[in-house]
Amino acid sequence: MEDILIPKNTSDALALNRPIVEDTEYTTLNLGPTHPATHGIFQNILKMDGEKIVSGEQTIGYIHRAFEKIAERRPFYQITTLTDRMNYCSSPINNMGWHMTVEKLLGVKVPKRAEYIRVIMMELARISDHIICNSILGVDTGAYSGFLYVFQEREKIYEIYEEMCGARLTTNMGRIGGMERDLSPTAIAKIKDLIYNSLPKAWAEFEKLFNRNRIFVDRIVNVGPITGEKALDYGFTGPNLRAAGVDYDVRVMEPYSSYQDFEFDIPVGHNGDTYDRFMVRNQEIWESIKIIRQALENLPEGPFYANENHYYLPPKHDVYKSMEALIYHFKIVMGEIDAPAGEIYHAVEGGNGELGFYLVSDGGRAPYRLHFRRPSFIYYQAYPEMCKGVSISDAIVILSSLNVIAGELDA
Amino acid sequence: MINNQQIAEDIAIKFGENSHSFEEPWGLLTFTTNRQHIISLLEYLKQHETFRFNFLTDLTGIHLPDNQGAEFGVIYHLHSLENNVRIRIKVFLSQDDIHIPTATTVWPTANWMERETYDFFGILFDAHPNLIRILNIEEMDYFPLRKEYALEDATREDKIDALFGR
Repeated sequence: MEDILIPKNTSDALALNRPIVEDTEYTTLNLGPTHPATHGIFQNILKMDGEKIVSGEQTIGYIHRAFEKIAERRPFYQITTLTDRMNYCSSPINNMGWHMTVEKLLGVKVPKRAEYIRVIMMELARISDHIICNSILGVDTGAYSGFLYVFQEREKIYEIYEEMCGARLTTNMGRIGGMERDLSPTAIAKIKDLIYNSLPKAWAEFEKLFNRNRIFVDRIVNVGPITGEKALDYGFTGPNLRAAGVDYDVRVMEPYSSYQDFEFDIPVGHNGDTYDRFMVRNQEIWESIKIIRQALENLPEGPFYANENHYYLPPKHDVYKSMEALIYHFKIVMGEIDAPAGEIYHAVEGGNGELGFYLVSDGGRAPYRLHFRRPSFIYYQAYPEMCKGVSISDAIVILSSLNVIAGELDA
Repeated sequence: MINNQQIAEDIAIKFGENSHSFEEPWGLLTFTTNRQHIISLLEYLKQHETFRFNFLTDLTGIHLPDNQGAEFGVIYHLHSLENNVRIRIKVFLSQDDIHIPTATTVWPTANWMERETYDFFGILFDAHPNLIRILNIEEMDYFPLRKEYALEDATREDKIDALFGR
């Protein structure tokens, strides 16, 4: 470890006012696998020189569930439930990303209204993802109260999920070909209350508590900085890359689901340190609110699902009355409908970055090969380098600001 | 703006018959190269003055047991953030000689992606700094995403395809 100055001879020792250390002994410290501050099951074996981290070795895979293998046997619509167990803090983004991948393969054109509803749900998911990351960063630095204030807002977002799909965490929201149900008046009222009333207030209060809080800022400024080039080399995407000054956002670069219709800014930082990551996420919440407002105001009329009998489950009341609907219902549920052969890469902007789906279909009912590009998995490998020479408490803060989600890490 | 045509022509001139099978499924330029040239190709694309494929989006594998002599594929997804163009590069390997040079020399992010590919397919990335299993347990002695490992228990008879009309 070059950063820590260890005098080797008398003149160095005098200059540094430290004793000569002949032989350095390092301590090994296990951070994890079940440490409350790591927010998930993964282990870091740290080599410590006193208080400073010399090097770290990561062990991951504790909650690996072989999603890619399981997906090779499942019909397409059943894979949605696998995707929402990846980044469980923003499941709807994963669900929609998967639906869009399959729609791209099938050549299904989704009506505008469904796309707008998807945008609303994805941005709500992004807000809840960033709420968790930033408020937990506060908890990890000892500021507990902000977390309690904004978690009420997260609860409201989960109530909207419940209204849309019946579930809260593992949402399984939407269908291939559109949404599973339309925005109900209750859902619209809840979203309006959230984005016009309670969330802006709560988030402004949260920012007031944190953004210029001396204790908090001293803890996170210049902790774990990463340059833009290095972040790109390490495959960073999402808020962590933008904090390093690279304005790459899939929503803008390759607009999907009508993102081109909305006006929003991409916040970027420039040091790539924990403070920048925190601020980028803060600002992204305001941008997401902006997008949801636009989507709600311009919500197009029309159907909320594509007229694709082969892929979209017919409404249940039709299944009881109409022969065709019954047949399609049976065929879809039993997974009897083959998809065309092809090779697709589709990416969406997840809570943590570019969430990619690489899907190879051989023309069967299930994917031949499905690979998830999980942003956390890819950027978490830069963690030992980012916490070289820092103390344990800073390492915790860096980990927290990277927002590594164990489910996404291990897939 | 550069388009796929320009990239394909440039690569075809530079790498000749070492790059082949150019196609564009869903607008994404896809081509195949061999393991002798993959690293120089990745370096060339990364340092190219106009293309600037500076971002390795994804690296993964695929197992095609019926593809005699080229049973395993390694698939690279590259992204040029400046031009906003993606490409996909494939390298096929024979199962008797399942070696490919590592891309960690070009992008450090390839480290875990290659470990994952090794973990699930047993593809050996030569000169990789730390080629050990990443998601599965170290004691595992097989590579689970290979097609010979059926997902369902092979001894179960209530789940055979014929019963479901498949």
